[in-house]
Amino acid sequence: MTTPDTIDQIFVITKHWLLGYVPAPLQPIASAILSVLPVMGVFPLLFAITTVLERKGLGRIQNRYGPNRVGPAGFWQPAADGIKSLTKEDVVPRNADQIVHFLAPIVLVIASFIVYAVLPIGRNMVITDLNSGLLYFFAVGSMVELSVFMAGWSSHSKYSLLGAMRATAQMISYEIPLVLAAVVVIMATGSLSTVTIVNAQTGYTMGFPHWFVFTPWGFAGFILFMIAATAESNRSPFDLPEGESEIIAGYYIEYSGFKFALFFLGEYLGMFATSGLAITLFLGGWAAPFSFLTWIPSYFWFFAKLLVIIGVFIWVRGTLPRLRQDQLMGFAWKFMLPMTLLNVFVAAAWHFLPTGIIRWAVCTALLVIPFIVFSMGLKQNKKLQVRTYRFAE
Amino acid sequence: MFGSGVLKGMAETARNFLGSYVDKDRLTTVQYPEEHAPRIEASRNFPFLVYDGPDPMAGLRCVSCFICEKECPPKCIIIEKSTDKKPDAVGKPQAYPVKFNIDVSVCMSCQICVEVCPFDAIKMDVDFEQTATSRFDALLRTKQQLAKSNEYYHQIHPTEAAAVDAELAAARAKAAAPKPAPAVAAAKPATPAPTSAAMASPVATAPPTAAPPAPPTALSSRPEAACRSGETRSATTEASPTPDAPAPPAKETASE
Repeated sequence: MTTPDTIDQIFVITKHWLLGYVPAPLQPIASAILSVLPVMGVFPLLFAITTVLERKGLGRIQNRYGPNRVGPAGFWQPAADGIKSLTKEDVVPRNADQIVHFLAPIVLVIASFIVYAVLPIGRNMVITDLNSGLLYFFAVGSMVELSVFMAGWSSHSKYSLLGAMRATAQMISYEIPLVLAAVVVIMATGSLSTVTIVNAQTGYTMGFPHWFVFTPWGFAGFILFMIAATAESNRSPFDLPEGESEIIAGYYIEYSGFKFALFFLGEYLGMFATSGLAITLFLGGWAAPFSFLTWIPSYFWFFAKLLVIIGVFIWVRGTLPRLRQDQLMGFAWKFMLPMTLLNVFVAAAWHFLPTGIIRWAVCTALLVIPFIVFSMGLKQNKKLQVRTYRFAE
Repeated sequence: MFGSGVLKGMAETARNFLGSYVDKDRLTTVQYPEEHAPRIEASRNFPFLVYDGPDPMAGLRCVSCFICEKECPPKCIIIEKSTDKKPDAVGKPQAYPVKFNIDVSVCMSCQICVEVCPFDAIKMDVDFEQTATSRFDALLRTKQQLAKSNEYYHQIHPTEAAAVDAELAAARAKAAAPKPAPAVAAAKPATPAPTSAAMASPVATAPPTAAPPAPPTALSSRPEAACRSGETRSATTEASPTPDAPAPPAKETASE
């Protein structure tokens, strides 16, 4: 084994070396623990780094400094936040459903954690290679909605309930385009296994990678997937469920202290997981962007891509204002759903058309022309007028 | 095209993001404990006691007349008057405050104590960092803590301090001068009055109020106090920035 390969596989080799010291009957469970623990350590750490980067980035977008007091350039801020949320009083409303109120953040964090089981972080670095990995991801990802509704319902507060209602409606509406945007990749690879999907994208032509994002359907699928992922993770501009200005913090208004921090953690973990899935499906997973860069370890590329996507998330959050509820739903059902369905047909056409420039032209035209028609139609329906309100007598 | 507005917005925020690293003028934040925003001269926060000369306790202008204590809306001033008298800056025997406490936690920075003080003894400070480590004694500022020199007053409010000094100098000159007849005493405050009335119209009502309470044979300090208070009023209106008045600019340039 050459040196780059050793560095690439260092974690796998270490795990196998450690497993050698475990008696044979205990090896399966020891293997699971050794696979899970790094994921449970790395992604919360990434969450901590992301919070400070997000606050600094948003600050810079608004021509402010952002946090710069705790530690060098403010990078100990997450530690200070953690200590603060741990030492805060944990207030539970008297009328709240105590058990459900307590379980909701735990369910959210668990749901956000277990989707990482099928995420290939590097070459041979996946907790389990399920042959129905994608199905598992989306099925478990739906648990987030359950926990959000648990939080909203058990808090016994109108704002919580409104936030939870909004969140559930939004997540169910955007789950359909999310899955449909991922379907094109399943059509191309013929597999639900995330490892197989990444392996299908590891080839190079003249130094350039075979990522699905460099095809018409892959590009459209990636954009649609990212929009749906933003809505799924309740991030700006789709952050109506927790809109501070109208329903204060939505479903977690009645949470304080470390439970609130757990909600935050769960939300960010969900965002990382969907971003990781977008990387796996469209951006080649842990594959290097150019063939001459393959000597750099695979996990480095995964996290580099993840950080870029997180950066775009922060950038979008700093740019776009929050949507209105009807705009949100209209966008999901009138634009996202038709475009993702169309994209499925484009992927099929790509599969059956002969390789060459004609395939590119046909597939691009099939996507761009309906897109322009959609945008013209949406523009025509836009009526700008003074709103009239009707009030109950 | 659908989404072009989004891209335009993203370009704008990217320009702001990168610009804030390149161009320091974009960042409006003043990093407070290290940096301070430039203070405007009229800013005020908390009263202090003015003293003349080198010794803070001996030079206090306060004669413990209790006017500020009575006028203070939240009643945060506590004064204890001395039983003996000692000579003030003019040389006249005056009572002095044995105790002069102001409670920081109660004071609302309304400046009424400053406005009512006939002796220019209490003025507004600009020190807003009034934190303390204890809730009780540390928040009660004593006479020793409140006493600040006239030079300090000149430093923080140059224009106002110059006007006050001019008033006090005039009053001292008047006190030093022999006062034989009521006509002379009445004429003295009247002479500056027309000029000030000509300078700024709001002062026009000041001279009549200042001139009448000048009975020449009254108790030692009374007329002087009345004169001073009247003149202080006109001085403050003069010192206040009225752009249409011709004289104050000259005064300001001289003091600055």
